[in-house]
Parts: sequence; structure tokens; C-alpha cells
Amino acid sequence: MNIQAMTPAAEKIRLAETDDGTILFKVPFPKEMKDIQHMSPIIIKQPYHIDYIHSYGQDSPFFAGLANGKLLGTKCPKCKYTYGTPKAHCMECGSPTEWFELPEVGRIHTFTVCHRGGEEFLKETPFILVLVEWDKVDTLFLSRLVGVDTSKPSLKMVGMKIKAQFKRNAKFRPTDVYFVPAE
Amino acid sequence: MAFKKTRDVYFVSGGISKFAKARPEVTFQPMVKEAYDYALKDIGLENKQAQEVFDGSVASYFSDHFSRQLMAGIMIQDYLGLCPLPSHRVEAGGATGGVCFQEAYKNVASGVMDTCVAYGFETMSHVNTWKGNEFIALASDVSFDYPVGGFYSGYYAMMVVRHMQEFGTTVEQLAHVSVKNHINAFHNKYAQKRKRLTIKDVRNSEMVAWPLTMLDICVMSDGAACGILASEDGLKKIRKATGKDPKNLVKVTGIGRGTDAMRMSDRPHKKVILLAHEKASDYKDLKYPGIHSFRAGRTASKLAYEHAGIKDPLKEIDFVELHDAYTSSEIQTYEDMGLCKYGEGGKFVESGAPFLPNLDYGLGKLPRQGEMPVNPSGGLIACGHPVGATGLMQAVFALWQLQGSMKKHVGDDTIQVKNAKRGAIHSHAGTGTYVTVSILEKA
Repeated sequence: MNIQAMTPAAEKIRLAETDDGTILFKVPFPKEMKDIQHMSPIIIKQPYHIDYIHSYGQDSPFFAGLANGKLLGTKCPKCKYTYGTPKAHCMECGSPTEWFELPEVGRIHTFTVCHRGGEEFLKETPFILVLVEWDKVDTLFLSRLVGVDTSKPSLKMVGMKIKAQFKRNAKFRPTDVYFVPAE
Repeated sequence: MAFKKTRDVYFVSGGISKFAKARPEVTFQPMVKEAYDYALKDIGLENKQAQEVFDGSVASYFSDHFSRQLMAGIMIQDYLGLCPLPSHRVEAGGATGGVCFQEAYKNVASGVMDTCVAYGFETMSHVNTWKGNEFIALASDVSFDYPVGGFYSGYYAMMVVRHMQEFGTTVEQLAHVSVKNHINAFHNKYAQKRKRLTIKDVRNSEMVAWPLTMLDICVMSDGAACGILASEDGLKKIRKATGKDPKNLVKVTGIGRGTDAMRMSDRPHKKVILLAHEKASDYKDLKYPGIHSFRAGRTASKLAYEHAGIKDPLKEIDFVELHDAYTSSEIQTYEDMGLCKYGEGGKFVESGAPFLPNLDYGLGKLPRQGEMPVNPSGGLIACGHPVGATGLMQAVFALWQLQGSMKKHVGDDTIQVKNAKRGAIHSHAGTGTYVTVSILEKA
């Protein structure tokens, strides 16, 4: 066997790279001003980290509910429209809504398996996102589904009964509740 | 809505910077200037004449996170030498460019300006792709949606899963869109990705969010685009400055815009909003829009068609440039725009109707090939999607189609739609929140 047959194509061999950049102290500068336009761009790294103070405001009871093992929606006392994800005011008639506890068991309205994600969530891939539906609730709820094989997604999962489960140590994020198969 | 008669608005010229993964050799201002200078040159205007010809501008860019420069709009205005003329920035997610085009239209139609420049850009290369996906996902409710796994491809995947469940749409039908748009782009020098793909290539590429693969999804880009709109009096000003009549005029004859709730979970399940050629009995059992359809896209189409006097879009429009950030959203949009009925989008693409008539896509003979070319440019999937520039890029491609000047501008007339008299452009913000449709016609 010759070496070529044993070696993968040269362009497929890569040293692992990061986007760390480097510290630049000096940069070559042309002697003649007319050559200056041929310079490569100087690219520097600017860190961008912030602690942002986010208030859940009128939706705070939802997160307090999760911390206490309760999944809360809202209901319009006037037109009876019912929200699976809370809205403090009714989108249908504008009235202030009231809190109520959603049923423990719902169904998968739709789902996906994320193999990639925003940087913050990459380490959690693959994960399943579901929109949950309940009888007599007009709107849906976005959540994670666990306990289902992520390698075998199929349309058969739509309509499947799923059950809410809560984190013991609340992080005060919507992922304090997640869903598991109910049957 | 009753549209009151306003002034005629002409779309006289446009320009696009070549979209690329990264443009480190320039900041955003010179990138916009590339598109702006091209538009000026095309009608024989010189830069120094801008102040006497133009009455103002509208700036389009989506994300302050991507640019990390607040008030980037004014930095373009000064770089182009347009200060102290009036200007403002618009933002409407992925539809920012479409909204910018319509705001420029309104400036002229209302009589506030005789000429208006619409320019837009996005620089998405300054963060890695997955951080970029995180930024984009901030365009979902940060209390309830983003923290669950903020990822736009995931959101669109959930929508198409419901479309598949509701209507029997298949992943192969989605792949048809990718094959079509990449092969169209093969003939467009402005496109970022020019590839000859097969259905198999699309399905075998890396799975991103089931059932969407890498080749079902548009890429991130750096790019800019620009358009110049004018009233009759505006045309006179251009004529005076250049000494010649602006030729090959295109008129904007309709604008429409619609909205929907940011959270997909909040979308209602009610009755279909009907277009002029549809009847309620077409959709007896369909709950609408749910998360399988875009109520904003339907509303935008309905308003734009009413404005332009279009009764049956499939028969009365010659081509469409629409927002295909995902193959799935192209299929959903065929339905919203009434090119086929709700539920028939998958069959529509499979029939060949949105393919160009004269190209070989390696799919054999398609029964309806070329009936209504959609994204002859290659769309977002192949051209790239520098958000604030995208809607304007579509407008410019549509302008060139109607002028019959594709060969001159993109270097190949393979993707020229023959005798195109009327085109529609469609710009869409995730996840179907803001959508614009504008109608352009040969004047």
C-alpha cells in the first residue's frame, strides 16, 4: 500500500482551532505611504460580558409556582380564553387575567430534537423541545422533554401524553419544569 | 383596508455588496457604500450630486448585538455624505429590510420626499456561529422561550413538524427547495453558496434540528444592499442631474404587512384568513394559524394584493423572491401567499411549479416546472442572509428581473425570468412575527 492510499485527503487534516486570537504588540508597516492600502486588516478581540438584571415582573408568580411544584397558566375571567403560557392581560379582550394551575398531563403538540443550539445550550445537545397542549387550554407551552430516545424522532411522537416534572432546586428559569412520557 | 390614492413610486436603481461569510477588510460603512455607489452608477449619478437629488434615507439593520455599535445608521449616513438629510433606522427582525423598503416607499408616496435612499447591512461574522445563534434567539421571549433552549432552527423545526403532521409534508419536499435555490444561485455571482445539490445531499448533511439539516437552513453573512425610490418629481430631479431619462422604470404598486405573537405558544387556532380567490369551504377543518402557518405572511399578502389589485396571485404574478431562511418556511410561505392552498405547499414544490423553466435540476421532468419561479436568485439559503440587507437584496433582484437586466448585473441571464411584468417580494421576521409583501411592476 502506498502512503497516499493510507492518508486522508490533506484538506481534511486540521489542527484544532479556537477563536481565542492573540495579543498583538507590533504590526509591520510599509515604508512607502502608497503601499499602505495593501495592509491586511487588524482584527482584535473585545470581550463582551455583562450581568443583566432581568425582572420577571407580572409573570413572577409563574416562577414562584415552578419552585413549589406547580405549573401555572392564566385565564381570562371575562371571555374565558385560557393561556398555557401566562399572559397577564387577555390578547382577545384586554382584561386582566387570573392565575390557575395547569393539568399535570398534557400532549405533544409538536417537537424537535436539537443537535445544535445557541452557544449557551450547545453542551446540552441533543435535547428535545416540545410545545405542550392541554384540553380546554387555548394556547401552548414550550418545554424540554426528557426520557425519550433522541436518535429516533418520528411523527408518531405528536399527540403523545407527557407529564410535568419539577426540579427540586429551582433555578427560577422556565426549565424548572420539564416533561417526561406519561405512559 | 381601503387604500387611499397616493403618489406613484418608482424603484429606479439598486445595488448589492457581494455577500460573504466575513468581510474583515472593511467595517460596515464602506460595505454599504459599495451597494450605494453601484445604485448611483447604474443611473449615471455622481456621488457629489447626492445632496441635490436625494431628500433623505431609511437605514436598515437588525441587531445591535451583532454590530456592537449603537446608532450605526447615522455612521452610514455620514459616510455616504448624506448628512444633514433626514433619516431614521428601522428594525423588524428578519423583515427589517422589507420594512425599510416600505418605509422608503411611504416617504415618497406620502409626498414627504421626492427621492429616498433605502440602505441596509448586517455584519454577523464578529461572533462564532453558535454565539450568533444565541444572539438571534434573543428574538424570542427571554422570560419563557429563550432559556428553554433558545435556537431559531429548533423553533422552525417545531413548526414544520406540525406542518408535516397536519398536511403530510415530507422531508424530501423540503429538500426540493434547497436543491432549487442552490442551483439557481449557481448562476448568480452575488450568491454566497453556489452548489449543485441532490435531494440525497440535503438529507445526508448534518442534522441540526430534526427534521432540518444544515442544507435546509440559510447561513450567516456579512453584506449590504441599497435601493433608490422616487416620485415623478424625483425622476425629474434625477433627469436634471444626470442629463438623461432614468430608463427601465419599475413601479411599486402594493405594500402589505402583518404581525403575529412573538411566542409560538400564543398563536391562536381559529379560522383561515381568506384571499380573494379562496372560499371558507376550502378550509373546513383547519385550525389557523396554529404553528404550521404564518398569519402575518397571509395578512401581508392580502393587503399587498388588495393594494395592487391582484385577485389570483398564481396567475397575476410572474415571479416571487421570498424569505427562505428555512426550506420549510419557503413551503409555508407558498401557502401564506396563496400560490397554492394551505396544506399543498409540499406538493407545489414537488410539482416543479416554483422552479425555473429552463434549468436542469437533476430531478427529471417536473410536471409544472416554471409555472411560478420562486427565488430565481437563489434566495436566502444560497445568497446568504445578512439580516438588515436581505429584504433590500430581494428588492434589488426583483428590480433587475423586471428590468430584464439580470445578465448585466449578475453576469448570467440563465436566471432571468422571461418577460417578467410583475413580481412580489416577501420579507419575514422570526418566527413569523413581522412579515412584509411588496408588489413591483414594470412601469
